Amino acid sequence: MLKDKPLVIGGKKIKSRMLLGTGKFRNKKDVTESIKASGTEIVTVALRRIDLKRHEDNILEYIPENINLLINTSGARDAKEVLRIARIAKEAGYGNWVKVEVVNDSKYLLPDNRETVRATGLLSEEGFVALPYMYPDLYTARELVKAGAAAVMPLGSCIGSGRGVKAKEFIKILINEIDLPVIVDAGLGLPSHAAESMELGADAVLVNTAVANARNPKSIAKAFALAVKAGRLAYLGGVPGEKDSASASSPLTGFLFEDKND
Amino acid sequence: MINLPELKAILADDKRKTIENLAVKAGAITRQYFGRTISLYAPIYLSNYCDNECIYCGFSKKLKIKRKKLSPAEIEKEMAQVAKTGIQNILLLSGGSRTQTPPVYIENAVKTAGKYFPSISLEVYSLEEGEYRQLYRSGVDGITIYQETYNKKRYNELHPSGKKSDYNYRYLTPERIAKSGIRYISLGVLLGLHDVAEDIYELFKHLELLERDFPGVEYSLSFPRILPVPGTKFKPGSVSDRTLVKLICLARILFPRVGINLSTRESGRLRDHTLGLGVTRISAASKTSVGGYAGIGREDTQFDVRDRRPVREVVARLKERGFDPVFTDWRRIKNGP
Ligand code: SF4
Repeated sequence: MLKDKPLVIGGKKIKSRMLLGTGKFRNKKDVTESIKASGTEIVTVALRRIDLKRHEDNILEYIPENINLLINTSGARDAKEVLRIARIAKEAGYGNWVKVEVVNDSKYLLPDNRETVRATGLLSEEGFVALPYMYPDLYTARELVKAGAAAVMPLGSCIGSGRGVKAKEFIKILINEIDLPVIVDAGLGLPSHAAESMELGADAVLVNTAVANARNPKSIAKAFALAVKAGRLAYLGGVPGEKDSASASSPLTGFLFEDKND
Repeated sequence: MINLPELKAILADDKRKTIENLAVKAGAITRQYFGRTISLYAPIYLSNYCDNECIYCGFSKKLKIKRKKLSPAEIEKEMAQVAKTGIQNILLLSGGSRTQTPPVYIENAVKTAGKYFPSISLEVYSLEEGEYRQLYRSGVDGITIYQETYNKKRYNELHPSGKKSDYNYRYLTPERIAKSGIRYISLGVLLGLHDVAEDIYELFKHLELLERDFPGVEYSLSFPRILPVPGTKFKPGSVSDRTLVKLICLARILFPRVGINLSTRESGRLRDHTLGLGVTRISAASKTSVGGYAGIGREDTQFDVRDRRPVREVVARLKERGFDPVFTDWRRIKNGP
């Protein structure tokens, strides 16, 4: 088995390369079971869905203690709102990991990259570990690095659409050029989409709808986890296939450099 | 978008197969984008004073009903009562009287609501952009504003006097709301006032325009069926359950991510069955009289509640049917700059 470097986020070593979202589940018991089945160590929860008042049926009760919480700022429309949401989360004791989600388009729910960069800057200044959800654009990704992001989370396709890694070409560019962990988020509808992302060289994936909407969320969570492992192994093993800067396994012009006289 | 003849054809076709096909499609889209979650809210009526005389409404100034507006202390009492049920999304309503319930009255009610509820919406008379901005900053997240009917001629017949008789001012209200910064806008028509297909077609067109011009706003739709008003000659057109279900499905298919609300004016049975088809937000245990929760006065209601189940029961039923009831869908943050 090939040796892998651990994924490090906010200074923490993370073994599982699958992150799980907790929205849209039909009941909260399925959330717990899916977390366990997937072996994930990081789950996202929307602050807007955490019931600070009610203890019974509060989503946090269903997340095992050893799991890292990544609070998402869903509902925020600009950087200031992201910061306000993050501060509330921190004060409520949910830690300082924030998935920056700024959406200003209710039809496609595409992230607003410009506000995302601003939000990431503001959060980092206040000591938050910011993981921005973004549209895979190289310039934005570079800005996010400067703004202090802990990882970048490009979308595979529109959130909730399950259409797979449609933005593959551009995600690959981020993987090549950006030194931060690249976590493919949104649009992964099948375990094979997760495997595909990992084969590309993504550091991790985030899955939600596909698990939450499954007839049996627990087994789909497990299937995704296995696909993520398979994809990672394939990447490490140097999966043969279309490569952008290819190096042929036996050089085509090697004969020019061979010390042989005919 | 669908065109009017297509919409008319669908609404005229009550074949089992047609409706079932729509439902299957709409159900799949709903699951895809909303999963199995249903948000819950409750209305609180602040006042039934009104300066208008909409002929389909039980609060019309022409009607001799007992009038009541809640005092600040009563508002507090009423809200405390609703908060006890666990409901956290609140819709504050008031009749169309700028004199009895001016914007500052509404604003004060919003501020009180902020102590009890993380998310506050309003259903009140049309306001100016600046007034909406002020309310937004006081903590309002959403506004419900129905055009009632999009047919101008019919609109004028139904709204003979008062500020509300200005069709265009009403039509441009969602724009003023969007510009003020408010997050959610709920649109609708009152089914039974005019030809359903024509009104729904115009409603969809209105929504499409708003989505284009103000993409940052989250929209939702409601399809209230208007009921006869006791003591008046007003006779609404009848709108069948089948038509209502088709409308819900069409809305979901044409606007996959838009919220769809269903109030307690519909029966529990219809509400239960439309959940998976497109509805994403329902009211529960509603009282539609002023002071109805805390038992302050016994005033006349705006419409009759058909689904009277307490919140507890609604929640149990949702779970039984494989839905996750959502009480909290927003965390109060400071609105505005
Ligand atoms: S619909 Fe509104 S404005 Fe019209 S009479 Fe009723 S309360 Fe007044």
